[in-house]
Amino acid sequence: MKITKAEVEHVARLARLELTEQEVETFTGQMDAILAYVDKLNGLETAGIIPTAHAVPMENAFRQDEVAPSIGIDNALANAPDRADNFFRVPKVIE
Amino acid sequence: MKYQAVIGLEVHVQLLTNTKIFCGCSTKFGATPNSQTCPVCLGMPGALPVLNKKVVEYAIRAGLATNCGIAPKSVFARKNYFYPDLPKGYQISQYELPICLSGHLDIEVDGDVKRIGITRIHMEEDAGKLVHADVPGAGDASCVDLNRACTPLLEIVSEPDIRSADEAVAYLKKLHQIVVYLGICDGNMEEGSFRCDANVSVMPVGSDTFGTRTETKNVNSFRFVKQAIEYEIERQIDLIEEGGKVIQETRLFDPNTGVTRSMRGKEEAHDYRYFPDPDLVPLVISNDWVEDVRLSLPELPEAKFRRYQDELGLTAYDAEVLTADRLLARYFESCVALAPQQVKTVANWVMGEVARKLNDEGKGIADCPVTPQLLNALLKLMEAGTISGKIAKTVFDEMWSTGKEPAAIVEEKGLVQVSDTGEIERIIDEVMAANQGQVNEFRSGKEKVFGFFVGQVMRASKGKANPALVNEILLKKLRG
Repeated sequence: MKITKAEVEHVARLARLELTEQEVETFTGQMDAILAYVDKLNGLETAGIIPTAHAVPMENAFRQDEVAPSIGIDNALANAPDRADNFFRVPKVIE
Repeated sequence: MKYQAVIGLEVHVQLLTNTKIFCGCSTKFGATPNSQTCPVCLGMPGALPVLNKKVVEYAIRAGLATNCGIAPKSVFARKNYFYPDLPKGYQISQYELPICLSGHLDIEVDGDVKRIGITRIHMEEDAGKLVHADVPGAGDASCVDLNRACTPLLEIVSEPDIRSADEAVAYLKKLHQIVVYLGICDGNMEEGSFRCDANVSVMPVGSDTFGTRTETKNVNSFRFVKQAIEYEIERQIDLIEEGGKVIQETRLFDPNTGVTRSMRGKEEAHDYRYFPDPDLVPLVISNDWVEDVRLSLPELPEAKFRRYQDELGLTAYDAEVLTADRLLARYFESCVALAPQQVKTVANWVMGEVARKLNDEGKGIADCPVTPQLLNALLKLMEAGTISGKIAKTVFDEMWSTGKEPAAIVEEKGLVQVSDTGEIERIIDEVMAANQGQVNEFRSGKEKVFGFFVGQVMRASKGKANPALVNEILLKKLRG
């Protein structure tokens, strides 16, 4: 097994996802299969290769510090499930 | 048992750029909620962040000014956590390869100089702002404003070299002064432009194993930092003495009560699962770039402090007061440039009358109505003997409220110093005639009454008599 039920539950909790017992079972199985597939990469010989996080060999993409127009409040909030005045309205957050 | 505190500080410095770190939205404070947003800072799928070059330049400035090495190659990483103020579900930050490493600052506490190591400085984006009250139609919900999301920050992490709340405050003040001098941060702690998280632990004196630490979040004034750290040290010692154990946790300081309290429930969120951000290509900084930035650095407070003593001949105290604020130092230097022979007089006026008026009116030097040119014109009038030092203060107050040229004020109010010896003698004779008793006292050896006569003469001349002449003539006449 590449992943346990406990790990799936932990990751779900970090992502604030509520999963049913059945979903935990299903996802554990699916994620295990995915990880097993990706694990095939470990069979490659990579001793002489520098680790990279990028698909293109590029560096230093910059923009200048110049203001560009924003998209406007209504556009910003257009996809929000809920709004109040000019804000995104979300379930109460208690610190 | 005796305990020793061990403190490390994480400081978030909001950078003074026009735009956000990864998009062109404005960073201007106080705009209508969500009006400064775009697909990048809203975290829309498919949006591509592009690094603001100015942020890199500012990070290099901060690194050089704190004696850090600038990494030839650094990488942005995703810090994953879920919270409503973070639309993407991750914060773009730097993790394994930050832009600056291994610096230090020297601080002074009670006359002892101590070196505080700086582990690293990295660039990251700020989160949005949660509002819990006063929004029409919000009801019992929370509201999110993403104007601040993606605002550029530097996080400056110290080594756990700090041993007391006073050292922590000294370090913070020094760092604050530097970032303001560098022009990379406005230093406004109330608006959150410079904020501090304090990692505090305690261990028995003599031990070399650190205790379990707590992290106190977002302490937003120097005074609160001192209070929060002192409270936390005491709390941990009490806990251990009672047989308890400090647990590693995040705590929040409440400025109203002066205590820290646990932010339970956030613990699990510390599993951030960092990984390199594939949207942002590696940052490669050449030596030439670093050297260009080094050449553009302004004179830093420490160097200025030394120069004011070595070249201008000021005392350490004067040098410290005048260099504390970058703009005050600039004002002082403008004044000195106009009157290079009168450094000490200029220093006294800037620290005296100018500072007093600013303080009275709660203003900063940027709002000082008396320009260096006006102050210089006033000093020239004093130097030429046109007005006395005492009258100069009256003229100064008048310049402050009207902005008029000092010569015009002197003319208008008839404040020209009386240096006519005949006139002064006449006044002295009158004063002596009216105070025969004191004259006799003086002549019988009670020379202390001399001050009384000077006061009377100055009053009779409405402060305009030349004090040096008054002293001279008065003494001659009293001795008969």
